[in-house]
Amino acid sequence: MCAVCRAGPDSMADRIRHRPFSVRHLPGFSMLAMACFMVLYLPIMVLVVYSFNAGSNIALFEGFSWRWYEAAWGNEQVQQAAIRSLVLAVTASACSTILATMAALGTTRTSDYKGITVIYAMINQPLMVPEIVTAVALLIFFAMIKVSTGYQGVGYLMIAHTAFCIPFAYLPIRARLESMDLMLEVAGADLYATPWRTFKRITLPLLWPGILAGAMLAFVISLDDVVITEFVKTPGQDTLPTYMLGQLRRVITPEINAISTALLAISVILVTGIFLLNRKKG
Amino acid sequence: MDANRQDDAMAPASKIERTARKQQTRRHILLTTPALIVLAAAASGPLIIMLIYSFLTAGDYGGVVWKASTQGWFKVFLHKDIFDDALSLQDAHISIFWRSVKLSLLTTLLAVILGFPTAYFIATRAPGRRSMWLFLVTIPFWTNLLIRTFAMMEVIRNEGILNNLLMKLGLIHTPVQMLYTDFAILSGMTYVYLPLMILPLYASMEKLDFSLIEAGYDLYATRMRVLRRVILPLVKPGLVAGSILVFVPSLGAYVTPRVLGGGKNLMLGNLIELQFGQGRNWPLGAALSITLLVMVMIALIFYVRSMQGGPRQHG
Repeated sequence: MCAVCRAGPDSMADRIRHRPFSVRHLPGFSMLAMACFMVLYLPIMVLVVYSFNAGSNIALFEGFSWRWYEAAWGNEQVQQAAIRSLVLAVTASACSTILATMAALGTTRTSDYKGITVIYAMINQPLMVPEIVTAVALLIFFAMIKVSTGYQGVGYLMIAHTAFCIPFAYLPIRARLESMDLMLEVAGADLYATPWRTFKRITLPLLWPGILAGAMLAFVISLDDVVITEFVKTPGQDTLPTYMLGQLRRVITPEINAISTALLAISVILVTGIFLLNRKKG
Repeated sequence: MDANRQDDAMAPASKIERTARKQQTRRHILLTTPALIVLAAAASGPLIIMLIYSFLTAGDYGGVVWKASTQGWFKVFLHKDIFDDALSLQDAHISIFWRSVKLSLLTTLLAVILGFPTAYFIATRAPGRRSMWLFLVTIPFWTNLLIRTFAMMEVIRNEGILNNLLMKLGLIHTPVQMLYTDFAILSGMTYVYLPLMILPLYASMEKLDFSLIEAGYDLYATRMRVLRRVILPLVKPGLVAGSILVFVPSLGAYVTPRVLGGGKNLMLGNLIELQFGQGRNWPLGAALSITLLVMVMIALIFYVRSMQGGPRQHG
């Protein structure tokens, strides 16, 4: 770190005795930053530690055990919720990534056409409108459809998840597209490749890291969603987060910690993956 | 201007060019359409239907009766006495609106106090180290919001580690009730939304030109003065962006106040839910949702405005 001594000779000796003067240093900031990192990680760490509690209390640690993981694993409600969460996250991330890739190809590297502002507004809407507002609007809309068609299935959750995952998949794909070299595709076309062939052999491979990052983000977002799922689901359609939300109203056992830790692990693995993908690019 | 000139230059080949471009535009629109259909079906379309619902009559057992009424909007802030029809302000709603705004502002303030030094700390690390510190901020950001709220709950509950720590230090003798208070909601929201403050702040601090800071010190400015007159103006875009990113989701928070506020300390999100559950007043719920949406839009417009006035940067 560059330590720059700026003061005159008399006060310089004075300063050096304490610490070299750095223009980057602001007193107390490093300490506050460390406190902030502690604030960020301490609660999560407590949660993880208590998931291994041998006792049935989330306040008193009575030794290490896998007991609550076994309990969660064997709990039929948890199993069903976990499967539903996974099915939803896989479907929603696959659908939204395909839609977002197409939309990204349709909105980048183009002369601004009429209505593109509306398109951007629509794509980004799930990021700007509070989740509770979207959730309530979906509740109203799907209630209308339920009354007129009688369909009660998981399709409502799937389309809702797909919709709010689109912007999360769209952003990394678009970022990747914008940094790509347009000349490579022109070269492909010059060599008499059909547009489809150019897309398959040049655009898609180059775009792939962006698509992968987008799909992973969409997966995490869908897996973690509470509010919209809570309002759209019909009874008996719990996902892991809504199951947990329901359990928090009852007596809490470390089983919730175990489920949380498992979900946490999945998120951390995926986010680390995205981080590594991005680093390779840079 | 530039675009026009380019068009002029292309004029000779224009006919083929223009049809080619038209075809390209049509292809682009076709590519975008499927995403827009899904978004219209499960995002923007339902919002419009909700707007219509806010002007209908509430059904007795939830839902609506298709008869126009402004009762829903009326009840957002006003209350009519059932006996003598006297109008008064809906105190319960106003206090919930006020709590939402107050807690969101306080959350933003706390996030600045914690986030600013942290972003500065990361931005002043060696370039190779920064991404690692940044990654440490991103991890909690991508962790399930419910899980983080639950983690906060375990920390501040009566038998939680915070109370235990305070008792061991001898600062208190009996556990302090922190859970199910406004304080719980405040600390939960700060905890949950803190990364949203750090990330944009870092983005603008990363570009900080330290020779300007050095110049400040050379001109005998104190640290406080350098912070206030040099650093703050330079990172203002990040500060404003971070504040908006924290304030907006705080205003519409639902999970955190529900879990940590314990049903007594409602925020707007919970008041809205209530109308679709026990309240059985869907038009009122729809009107409240749109009110929340308008508040968020005002905050976003304010943000865009301040960004447009922003680029009066030095250098």
